[in-house]
This record gives sequence, structure tokens and C-alpha cells, in this order.
Amino acid sequence: MELTPDTTVLFQVWEIPVNATIVNTWVVMALLTGVSMLTTRNLRPDVPPNRWRTMLEVIVQGIEGQIEEISRRKSHSLLYFVGTLFLFIFVSNLLMVVPGFAPPTASLSTTAALALSVLVAVPIFGITSRGLGGYFKTYLEPSAIMLPFNIIKEFSRGISLAIRLYGNIMSGAVIGAILLSVAPFFFPVLMEMLGLLTGLIQAYIFAILATVYISSATAEPNNSNKIKDIP
Amino acid sequence: MTDLGIIAAISIFTAGLTVSFGAIGPALGEGRAAATALSAIAQQPDASANISRTLFVSLAMIESTAIYCFVVSMILLFANPFWTAVIESAAATGG
Repeated sequence: MELTPDTTVLFQVWEIPVNATIVNTWVVMALLTGVSMLTTRNLRPDVPPNRWRTMLEVIVQGIEGQIEEISRRKSHSLLYFVGTLFLFIFVSNLLMVVPGFAPPTASLSTTAALALSVLVAVPIFGITSRGLGGYFKTYLEPSAIMLPFNIIKEFSRGISLAIRLYGNIMSGAVIGAILLSVAPFFFPVLMEMLGLLTGLIQAYIFAILATVYISSATAEPNNSNKIKDIP
Repeated sequence: MTDLGIIAAISIFTAGLTVSFGAIGPALGEGRAAATALSAIAQQPDASANISRTLFVSLAMIESTAIYCFVVSMILLFANPFWTAVIESAAATGG
């Protein structure tokens, strides 16, 4: 049984082995960019929107609304970063049902890379919003004793993000393989359907956690909205 | 018992133990979270969208502890580093 698509080497380029994870990541990226480029090719005001463009607008506006609801601020850079993460994870989890396609998120190297990008994005967003001193002052809150714990927190966040996504997607494939040998034909199909739901929820959770981490590192825009909420 | 037998027996036993203990805690926690969310929805049906979204996120975060245990047991069963180390050393000595 294979725990990760890293071990299946498809072909070699100048003696560098190219495994299934890399190829499938490029397949997912090509699918996302291809559909988006084909859809937004005729993006002019005089062209009436077709169904593809409407679908993309629904997806992007849905992500924007969720981010605004969670982080309570409008931020386009947050939308680009978190939306990209969500779409990549979601599409690669969705392609799990295609026979012979091992989702790239079932490999620890992909999920560790995604978690690392979140880990790097948090200080970048924080420094651009609060300034260098303002961001590093958040490590000393609520007091200077908490400094080591705040540093540990950053790393444990990254590890838990990576292992959570990897474990969920990998466990779906492993449980399907085990059930195929125990009770074939019908029960594995149900578990695959459950795996689709798990894939959607895990993509959502990864994006939400990235939003929460980044918006807790950035400064509050202004408190006028908060005061308006209280009746 | 050979080295390989001891490693296999302890790995299989520990994998079962890991999954069993890793399933107890998250099961209790998820049950409590779901029950509390249901009673909250029953009291305030207007806030059900907000509550169920938070419930999904928290359920997945609780479940991730079970997933960690599952990953550890899978590594013990299918990608055991000690098993491969013993096999490699046996192959190196020609035994």
C-alpha cells in the first residue's frame, strides 16, 4: 500500500526523478489557470457574461464574503492569497475521484509547502500592516514571559496545518484501499463520497485558519464598524 | 524471538493502542461540541448558519487529533523506519 504519491516515479528529466506529486500538482495548476484564462479572455463591458464567467464570479464573491465575515475587513491581498490556497486544495481534493489520479494534497511535501507559505505570509501581512516594530511587539503580548510560547505557537500552527490536511486526505485513500479488500463494490463508494465531503471541508478549514492567523497578525482597520454592531 | 519479530509485534500492538486511545478523546469531544451546538441552534434558530459554520471548523480541529494518531499508526504499520533499518542491516551483513 502506498501512503504517498511521492514514491511513484513517472519519468525522469536529465536523471532527476519526477514523481506523481509534481505531475499532479502541475495538472491541477494547469486546470485552474486554463479555465480562468479561457473564461476571462473576453472580459470587456460590452460582452455579455456567459455561464463560465458567472460561475467564476460566484466563486470569487463567495470567497470574498466569507473572508470579510471572518476577518471583519475588506482586503484584496488576503483574497488573492487565501482564495488561491482554497481553490488549489479544493480542486486537488475534488480530483480524488478520477481513477489513477493521486491528489497532490495526499503527500506530506505538498501540504508542508502550503503550510510554510502560510507561515511566511503571516509576518509579511503583519509587518505591512503594523510596521516592523509593531509586529514584533505582538510577540511580547500579553507580557514578555510569553515570548517563547508565542514563538512555539507559530511553528506548531504550521505543523498542525500540514499534518491535518495530509492526514485527512491520505486517510481517505487508505480507508478506501482497506475497505476494497474487506467489502468490495459498494461500501468503498460510500467512503469515497464521504472523502469528497472531507476534502471540501478540509480545503475550507485550511483557508479559514490561514485567514484567522493572518487577520490576527494584522492591525484592526478602525473600530467604527465594531461600535456600529452593538445596538 | 528475533529482532524483526519483536519490532513487528510491538509495532502492531502500538498501532492498535494508538488508534484506540486516539479515537476515545476526539469522540467524546466531538459529541460534546455537537450537543452544545444543537442546543444553541434550538435556542437561537436565527444564528444557525453562523453556529453550524463554527461547528464545522471546530469539529475538524478536534478531529485532527484523531488524524494525528491515525497517521502515527499508519507510519508504524506501513512505513516503519525501524523495520526497514533492521532489514537493511541484515542485508548488509548478508544474513
